[in-house]
Amino acid sequence: MRGARPGRTRGSCGGRTVRRLARALVVLAAAGSIGAAAPDDATGDALARVRAAGELRWGADAQGGAPYVFQDPMDPNHLIGFEVDLAAALAAELGVGARPVQGQWDMLLDLLGRGDFDVALNGIEVADEKLRVALLTRPYYVAPERLTVRRGDAAAPRTLADLRGRRVGTLPGSLAERILRRAGAEARTYDGGQNEIYADLLLGRTDAVLLDAPISLYYGEIEPALEAAPGDFGEVRYAIAVPRGEEGLRAALDDALARLAADGRLRAIYERWGLWNDATAALLAAPAGGGRGVAEALEAWRAAVGKPPPLLERLRDRYPRTLALFARGAALTLALSFTAMALAVPLGVGLALCRTYGPLPLRALAIGYIEFVRGTPLLVQLIMLYFGLPELGVTLDPFAAGAVALGLNYAAAEAENYRAGLESVPAGQLEASWALGLSTMQALRFVVGPQAVRVAIPPATNDFIALLKDSSLVSLVTLTELTKTYLNLANAMRDHLGLGLLVAAWYLAIGLPFAWLARRAEARLGRHLRSAA
Amino acid sequence: MNGAALRVEGLTHRHRGAAAPTLRDVSFAVPAGAIAAIVGESGAGKTTLLRCLAGLDRAERGTIAVGDRVVVAGRHAAATLRGHVGLVFQSFELFPHLTVLENCVLAPRRVRGAARRAAEAAARALLDRLGLADKADEHPARLSGGQCQRAAIARALAMAPACLLYDEPTSALDPARRSELVEVLARVRADGMTQVVVTHDAALVAAAADRVFRIDGGRLAAA
Repeated sequence: MRGARPGRTRGSCGGRTVRRLARALVVLAAAGSIGAAAPDDATGDALARVRAAGELRWGADAQGGAPYVFQDPMDPNHLIGFEVDLAAALAAELGVGARPVQGQWDMLLDLLGRGDFDVALNGIEVADEKLRVALLTRPYYVAPERLTVRRGDAAAPRTLADLRGRRVGTLPGSLAERILRRAGAEARTYDGGQNEIYADLLLGRTDAVLLDAPISLYYGEIEPALEAAPGDFGEVRYAIAVPRGEEGLRAALDDALARLAADGRLRAIYERWGLWNDATAALLAAPAGGGRGVAEALEAWRAAVGKPPPLLERLRDRYPRTLALFARGAALTLALSFTAMALAVPLGVGLALCRTYGPLPLRALAIGYIEFVRGTPLLVQLIMLYFGLPELGVTLDPFAAGAVALGLNYAAAEAENYRAGLESVPAGQLEASWALGLSTMQALRFVVGPQAVRVAIPPATNDFIALLKDSSLVSLVTLTELTKTYLNLANAMRDHLGLGLLVAAWYLAIGLPFAWLARRAEARLGRHLRSAA
Repeated sequence: MNGAALRVEGLTHRHRGAAAPTLRDVSFAVPAGAIAAIVGESGAGKTTLLRCLAGLDRAERGTIAVGDRVVVAGRHAAATLRGHVGLVFQSFELFPHLTVLENCVLAPRRVRGAARRAAEAAARALLDRLGLADKADEHPARLSGGQCQRAAIARALAMAPACLLYDEPTSALDPARRSELVEVLARVRADGMTQVVVTHDAALVAAAADRVFRIDGGRLAAA
């Protein structure tokens, strides 16, 4: 139950809606196939495939934050977290390497079902609804729910009974949220990072926060002005999800977990991260009691982000290390946007020509396409392509799905831009071309087209820049582009403002050159309009 | 330039869905190298007649013969007249993104497949003949109304048509420019071109036309 954040499209607002819509869509898309198709999909030889490939692909969301899977705040080019250590240990037990695959947290099981990775290992709660879509291993960790309040706040709720009617922050779709609703609390759920949940508590917008102990430890108790209320608020168990029908892989993982539990390696991981607790001791049948080891990973986290250093220091010491990650994200954003535009422009030209000059059936088809595509959310189209098409036997890779969805979507917008351009050219121009003997195609190419382009350039440029930003939606399908890079880093470094300005600069750096080029092209194409007067 | 005789027989045209025809059984002939004026009230069918002759509108019945090219309504496509019959639009419809010279070479190159150099040389000669030699490399936006009209005439003539049509050529000019136009028409006639002018302008008719036809309610009569 963790950092479930959406692939956002336009700014932070609306993220919730996007996330919920995405979930609902995938559920709907899967509804038809569940029961019938799902078991057939699994071949039962995942273990053999893992061994043959020499790597265990494990799905997780790096945006989920500490201490699960996150970018090292001191060197964000590395993923760290207790689940990174766990995945490495499990893979070693299977005799293979571990490769993390990025996936939006609340879609991990859908991506797993689609075959984007072998297992999902990312704080996945043991719950009945999970068993309908995946197999679960034995639990590997027990996380008590912990209530965090402002230190010394006499009015703060401190027991389950106190929660009735109080505003309490948590993550959506979590056990903590269900506990809060049962207790009659006013649950405030956040799609942003865990950091914001505790920030709102500090600012007095909520009265308390109820979340899994690891999150509370890493994001709540790190603040001197916050403290955990003692008491029992329930607990949640984490397990690894395996595709349905892959009992062999699950058995191998269960055996590996048992060996890691028995020889103390699992305990050592939890101790290093400061996560060892009595409930987990009971789960692993290990002696309870205080840790022998030093929670060095937790100490390192505290040292790195407990109190964010001043901006100047971050600029000098931390941000340079994000360069490679942001550059990779920007390269993906650009590659995706160019590929999508390369699809959208010719398709848009064809649609605009059909709509403006085509015979009735073509015109109707073009209008139908434009209205359908323009009238449905890009998110819906992307989910249909990525999760829906496999039902028809077409499985696109993430980049292809993202580029095709964006390209098909923007083709509709481009078509309307070009139509505006075409219709800005007086009808007499086409007739004059015909009277001279030019064919309609020649007239469009040599007479109408060049005049239409100048009119279409400003809105088309606008759309291209919008496309650069809309491409952030592909983080839904496992691609870590610029926005996702920022979200991951912000949560790992507990730094939203500084990194936010940084990512804004990246977007401007890749978008402004196009705006400038477009202005120049427009001016060049408009030279002939300057009259003698 | 070699103009050809124009012969129209029994031309009837009806706009799509219209009950009454726009042109009813129109017949007339213009000898090669002559200037014919077609006059009449607004809405009498003058412009429709021009559009049929230029191959932009399709007649319901009748025959149009321009030199050796004969179009029979319903049998031979009217579009074959395009390029073979030149049309100077009322609003000229020069291509604003192209220079005057480019306006004149576009169709010869793309339709006739003329080589660039030859097409440009021919166009420059035409522009020179029409007094536009110094405007060849300007865009239409920098030309006066009269210059635009001459550029449009040059563009049509560059296709070496058998016949040149004008739609209301004085409507976009101030009256003082009429004599200039009369001079241009005379010069084009001197080169042997057959010309048909649709106009309201009695003074133009008096000054330039060899023959005058009046069109009224879609019917044509010699005036």
